[in-house]
Amino acid sequence: MKATVHVTLKRSVLDPQGQAIHHAIRTLGYEGIREIRQGKYFEIELEETISPEHARALLERLARDVLANPVLEEYRVEILAREEEQ
Amino acid sequence: MKFGVVVFPGSNCDHDAYHVISKVLGQPVDFIWHQQTTLGEYDAVILPGGFSYGDYLRAGALARFSPIMGAVREFAARGGFVLGICNGFQILCESGLLPGALMRNRGRRFLCQFVHVRVEATDTPFTHLYREGQVLLLPIAHGEGNYYCDPETLAELRRERRIVFRYCDADGKVTETANPNGSLDNIAGICNRERNVLGMMPHPERASEEILGSSDGRLLFHSLALILAAMARG
Repeated sequence: MKATVHVTLKRSVLDPQGQAIHHAIRTLGYEGIREIRQGKYFEIELEETISPEHARALLERLARDVLANPVLEEYRVEILAREEEQ
Repeated sequence: MKFGVVVFPGSNCDHDAYHVISKVLGQPVDFIWHQQTTLGEYDAVILPGGFSYGDYLRAGALARFSPIMGAVREFAARGGFVLGICNGFQILCESGLLPGALMRNRGRRFLCQFVHVRVEATDTPFTHLYREGQVLLLPIAHGEGNYYCDPETLAELRRERRIVFRYCDADGKVTETANPNGSLDNIAGICNRERNVLGMMPHPERASEEILGSSDGRLLFHSLALILAAMARG
């Protein structure tokens, strides 16, 4: 079973890296892009023995305690269905 | 009186801290490898600057899971003095020993320069030899020193007078232009409620001898030594 975790800065927190990228691509001539915010993306492979319910609880805990800093960041856990695992 | 300097993989100011304690302060000091699970008999523990675990994930995020940090947490809970400098401050925030977090600098650049900071609170074991409002010249060297916390935490820090250092100009005025990294309220250092844990981005250990351009950081170590000597006498 595979899962992904996205970690992004809260809307209220300034993202200087995203702003820098936005600024740079504007000077490159990309138009129509209003804002860019940078985040982190984790691909996680789980043991086959783990149940989807347990996996969800485990990954929520992992995201909250380790992968994200709740002072600054939010996270989104997605568990990929087996048929998506190509 | 005995000091300990924790060494994480990637610490790079551990020798500076060791040097100041042993040579400037003239007190016994040990390096403590991060794999140790106990601390032994120390009176003050320093989490030094550097790039523990290469700043992977977030600065200080992985160091907090080092075996030694459980012992540091217990030591702090018993009232032991813990000083986190730069990466040490980031580790203390990630560990929850201090509130808030240190984000990427507002200007995105790594900053390596001398700054002025004002001593806001002298009722801590780290700052009691300074004068309130005293302006210190200290170096900073960080990419992620932009202090952030939610408004409730900021109100609490102010109410409890836990903001210990703030970035200011040479005259001691706390202004936006004197804020090098975008820190909320120009915060350069804070302590915990019990005042025995201090985290700060500037490096007092790199400014404790005139030959290094400033010796304004020395009184911080003298403050600690004096209070530990007084405690030893009972």
